[in-house]
Amino acid sequence: MTAPLLHVRGVETYYGNIRALNGVDMEVHRGEIVALIGANGAGKSTLMMTICGSPQARIGSVHFDGQDITRLPTHEIARLRIAQSPEGRRIFPRMTVLENLQMGASLDALKHFKEDVEKVFTLFPRLKERQSQRGGTLSGGEQQMLSIGRALMARPKLLLLDEPSLGLAPLIIKGIFEAIKVLNKSEGLTVFLVEQNAFGALKLSDRGYVMVNGRVTMSGTGKDLLANPEVRAAYLEGGRH
Amino acid sequence: MANVASTTASAGSELTARALREAVFAGLITLGLFVLFVGLKSDQNIRNELILTQRWGLLAIFVAVAMVGRFLIVVYVQPRFAKRKAAKAAAPDVVKKDTFFTRQWPKIAVVMLLLYPPVIVSFVGVQGSLKWVDNFGIQILIYVMLAWGLNIVVGLAGLLDLGYVAFYAVGAYSYALLSSYFGLSFWVLLPVAGLLAALWGIVLGFPVLRLRGDYLAIVTLAFGEIIRLVLINWTEVTKGTFGVSGIAKATLFGIKFDASKDGFAALFDLPLSSAYYKIFLFYLILALALLTAFVTIRLRRMPIGRAWEALREDEIACRSLGINTVTTKLTAFATGAMFGGFAGSFFAVRQGFVSPESFVFLESAVILAIVVLGGMGSLTGIAIAAVVMIGGTEILRELTFLKMIFGPAFTPELYRMLIFGLAMVTVMVWKPRGFVGSREPTAFLRQRRAVSGSFTKEGHG
Repeated sequence: MTAPLLHVRGVETYYGNIRALNGVDMEVHRGEIVALIGANGAGKSTLMMTICGSPQARIGSVHFDGQDITRLPTHEIARLRIAQSPEGRRIFPRMTVLENLQMGASLDALKHFKEDVEKVFTLFPRLKERQSQRGGTLSGGEQQMLSIGRALMARPKLLLLDEPSLGLAPLIIKGIFEAIKVLNKSEGLTVFLVEQNAFGALKLSDRGYVMVNGRVTMSGTGKDLLANPEVRAAYLEGGRH
Repeated sequence: MANVASTTASAGSELTARALREAVFAGLITLGLFVLFVGLKSDQNIRNELILTQRWGLLAIFVAVAMVGRFLIVVYVQPRFAKRKAAKAAAPDVVKKDTFFTRQWPKIAVVMLLLYPPVIVSFVGVQGSLKWVDNFGIQILIYVMLAWGLNIVVGLAGLLDLGYVAFYAVGAYSYALLSSYFGLSFWVLLPVAGLLAALWGIVLGFPVLRLRGDYLAIVTLAFGEIIRLVLINWTEVTKGTFGVSGIAKATLFGIKFDASKDGFAALFDLPLSSAYYKIFLFYLILALALLTAFVTIRLRRMPIGRAWEALREDEIACRSLGINTVTTKLTAFATGAMFGGFAGSFFAVRQGFVSPESFVFLESAVILAIVVLGGMGSLTGIAIAAVVMIGGTEILRELTFLKMIFGPAFTPELYRMLIFGLAMVTVMVWKPRGFVGSREPTAFLRQRRAVSGSFTKEGHG
């Protein structure tokens, strides 16, 4: 097997004196969909933010595409084509849908803007209808689509999705997971997603990691994890709430 | 809502009864509030004793105004607003159609401004035009330009700057000092003043990179004060509170505006009048203000302008999209400061005198108020707000007839701040996002479509 696209080794991240990640090892290979599941406060989002360099890992290293990115500032990490749809979507509410997508394409100075916008609009036709509407006036699902679309505009090598299903209706979640699958299959896009919706995420993914208290406690293929009794008990069968 | 459907007679009388009740309440509250403030006045008599003057008549007027006002509000104003609101809710949101006027009106405004001095001169004569061109034209345009400059920092990049006047001061003193010590001309020093102000913008920018909102506002406020205190205390260079006087005037392609043989008046065979210089200054500040607007409009469509606006919306998202927030913020500070510097050097050339008095915090506050009142980010709204605020101040000076009502000791200018405050509260209640609250989008695929402000809730988004 070739070297992984993203390789996290022994990462420890702190918020002040509080240790949020406690020696995390994980990897994402090219063309994979990898899911990270876990309960609230397990450190899933922290790991995602650590990959993006804010906050930076105090111990351990993050390698992307053979390059050490542990100490790079966030915007330089983004320039290596790691695009992120952050937690809470973080679209630009007063800017229109099109302007939001423009911001996503700022790395390439809009060179292939039109072409990429069309791609995003084929993936999410709803955004096309709403293109001149303000981001803040979109529904939650549309905002999530916009957030993913904006990330795609950067032509990423790795797409990071932080809780894409958060606060959305089941039907919309299905649509968004469907879109992720399509991106992965047709474009070979590598996706790393953090989810509380363990069932949907594991079903979608090639591989998965389970995180508890800042540590990765289990890993395996999506199917294996889905079948694993511990995972089932903790995250699938009433374990959540 | 009860008063919407108040068409029947019984509902009408009910409304009147309620209005009377509320009027009595309002009267009681007013009485309670003002009985000590207005009803009684402590005074000194001729033997230096404290005496109480009773002013029950005045108190009665206050109470009556409150009662009548409340009555009218309940009976007429509230039902009207309720009706309008209901009508608005019933009608669907329509995207306004562009008429010729709405599309072309910036150009029309510019043409009108270009024609303003000749029209004024033809109406009131050369000498009479002085007041109108100087007090109303130049004064307002300076503030339009300052507010447009600040708009880059506050309106576009969302960095609340309470010390903008510092850059105005840097520009003014750059011109005043460099021209009086080195004898350089205005046209050389205008860009120099802009560059120096931009430099100070970056100097301010560095320490505040990590700050946002309130904290940023406090530091910028302090920065404005520091600059002013330096100007006061660095007496060897700035002459302290005495200020720098006798600043050289600007020239038009080397033609001086003075009484000399090759001066402007002599050259064109015109009677000697300072009005020509003022008209020249009017066009100069108009050009500078238009430059500010042009640069702002262009920048908004360029990556850096988009990055500013995105930065205002969400800094973390910006970084995750590969935008370097450090340089983005610094360029916003520098660009805004540069226009402040231009305006400052114009101020110095117009006054012929600068002193730290002109660069107090109140100036920053007025400029910021213009930006907020106009609607952050909207050039048109800001221009309107500047006309209202600064033009309003100037008009107050003109209201001499008020002296006939309130006595010769009455000076309307002293009530300026009171009226400002009242106006701001009114506008913010009536239009929480300023005169022009909608934002003009910069990205289009096929056609332009205005995004109406009615799509978003007031005060949100």
